[in-house]
Amino acid sequence: MLKNYSFEKTAVQTFDEHTTLAMKTENMQVFYGSNHAMHDASLAFPKNQITALIGASGSGKSTYLRSLNRMNDTIATVTGKIWYHGVDINQPNVNIYEIRRHIGMVFQRPNPFAKSIRENIIYALRATGVKNKKVLDERVEQSLQGAALWDEVKDSLDKSALALSGGQQQRLCIARSLAMSPDVLLLDEPCSALDPISTVKVEETLLELQKKYTIIIVTHNMQQAARISSQCAFFHLGHVMEYSPTTTMFSTPQIQVTQDYVSGSFG
Amino acid sequence: MEQTNSSFKQEKTQTKDWAYTLHHATRATHEDWLGRSISYTCIGIIILVVASMLWFITSKGIATFTQNHVNVWQFLSGTNWAPDQGKIGALPMIVGSFAVTFAAALVATPFAIGTAIFMTEIAPKRGRKFLQPVIELLVGIPSVVYGFIGLAVVVPFMRHLVGGSGFGIISATFVLFVMVLPTITTMTVDSLRAVPRFYKEASLALGATRWQTVSRVILRAATPGILTAIIFGMARAFGEALAVQMVIGNAAIMPKNLVSPAATLTSQLTTGIGDTIDGTLPNNALWSLALILLLMSLFFNALVRVIAKRGQLSHER
Repeated sequence: MLKNYSFEKTAVQTFDEHTTLAMKTENMQVFYGSNHAMHDASLAFPKNQITALIGASGSGKSTYLRSLNRMNDTIATVTGKIWYHGVDINQPNVNIYEIRRHIGMVFQRPNPFAKSIRENIIYALRATGVKNKKVLDERVEQSLQGAALWDEVKDSLDKSALALSGGQQQRLCIARSLAMSPDVLLLDEPCSALDPISTVKVEETLLELQKKYTIIIVTHNMQQAARISSQCAFFHLGHVMEYSPTTTMFSTPQIQVTQDYVSGSFG
Repeated sequence: MEQTNSSFKQEKTQTKDWAYTLHHATRATHEDWLGRSISYTCIGIIILVVASMLWFITSKGIATFTQNHVNVWQFLSGTNWAPDQGKIGALPMIVGSFAVTFAAALVATPFAIGTAIFMTEIAPKRGRKFLQPVIELLVGIPSVVYGFIGLAVVVPFMRHLVGGSGFGIISATFVLFVMVLPTITTMTVDSLRAVPRFYKEASLALGATRWQTVSRVILRAATPGILTAIIFGMARAFGEALAVQMVIGNAAIMPKNLVSPAATLTSQLTTGIGDTIDGTLPNNALWSLALILLLMSLFFNALVRVIAKRGQLSHER
């Protein structure tokens, strides 16, 4: 039986002006129709770090993540501010296509297009008008190397992406996002459909990528959050309950509900 | 405690007549048998009906060539259709049928795809609520009504626009365009809706615009379905008799242009069917036209199957 936890007491860390932030939200609320799915989320994400969003199913962590690059536009109402490079991108006059080129996203289930590996990567570049074959080839190699997939597929770039294994497909999806040279990468439970060995590979890739990108990852897997993230935010029933450095979150959680979740009493 | 429990169970099972229970047919078994028999009988009758129809049309259709000794090539390439005088060149009707079919599909396809995109991607709610019933209604209108409208509106309009009688391939194309539009649209809508949502999400998350997503991902993934839709539309246009007969002019001569009276296989069949005597060459010739129609619809069906198979391959994950 799930206990009734108070939403009044939360412990959300803030950062001083010496920390460079990639983006932050202020009082973000999300509504699906009359369903209030996300209450007052104010989180800041330090640049070039991995931040994990953890919590049980239905806690609103994916909803929060999808709102960051406006992927919820058509299905939900999002209020509050989303700051990115000094601009509130949660405004109707912001170019959402441009946002998504800078804030890439990788989904739970690997979703490559039914095209070749090369075509998958240059799809978005083509959409922005890049035609130069040399540039495209370079980007294909860079992106695949960034996602640690290059050595496995360099001889079969024209093979269908659907012929790859699940783990390779997911790294291809990461590479596909990297091709647009984003600076923030949002990942929505990228390993939940993968086996443990593929998961390790994706995690290694992410640890490498944080040198160049800011990564925000939703995960069901607390061990995964502990392994790769520097910051960790715990979501519960649409509320951000605790946000602290990962080591703190797992060793000395500050509020009861976090304590119960990380120790495995529910979730 | 546990031991006594298990020995008790064993005792109880020994009293049960297992041989009877396992051999006895229950009521459910009988129902199962009955259901299966009914379904096999139905399918058997239908197969029999279809097979006899195929046999009937084929045997009648080839009588022209076996009994009346008409050369098959002459039948297919001859341009003079006068069965009373023993001349049966079916090319004018074949050309007429293909002309109206392709022209109607060509005109209808862009409209159908546009409507389908509007209904699925641009305004899915309004599409489902208003456009879907309207299009389903269009499917249900009897073809004689379409023909009547064509006769009353399209033919006079063409007469004013280009002169002549107004009857001809272009009028038939217009009528067929309206008739195949709902077929192609509904099937295109189905195939667009069947495109996995994650393709769309993947494209949008990469910063592609809605139009880029529709044109480069969704339409491409739906291509086999759209081709199938077009072929079904063409099959309907190819087989439509009444509405076409009312506006095409029914002159079994080679069409010189799009606005002179012409004939299609179907319109010639309906026009001539009452005037011929069973077993004579004019009657057999009409059966040969029917045979061509049958072969063409088999061809359309085969084409749909080939496309469906190839489409499946490209979606495999």
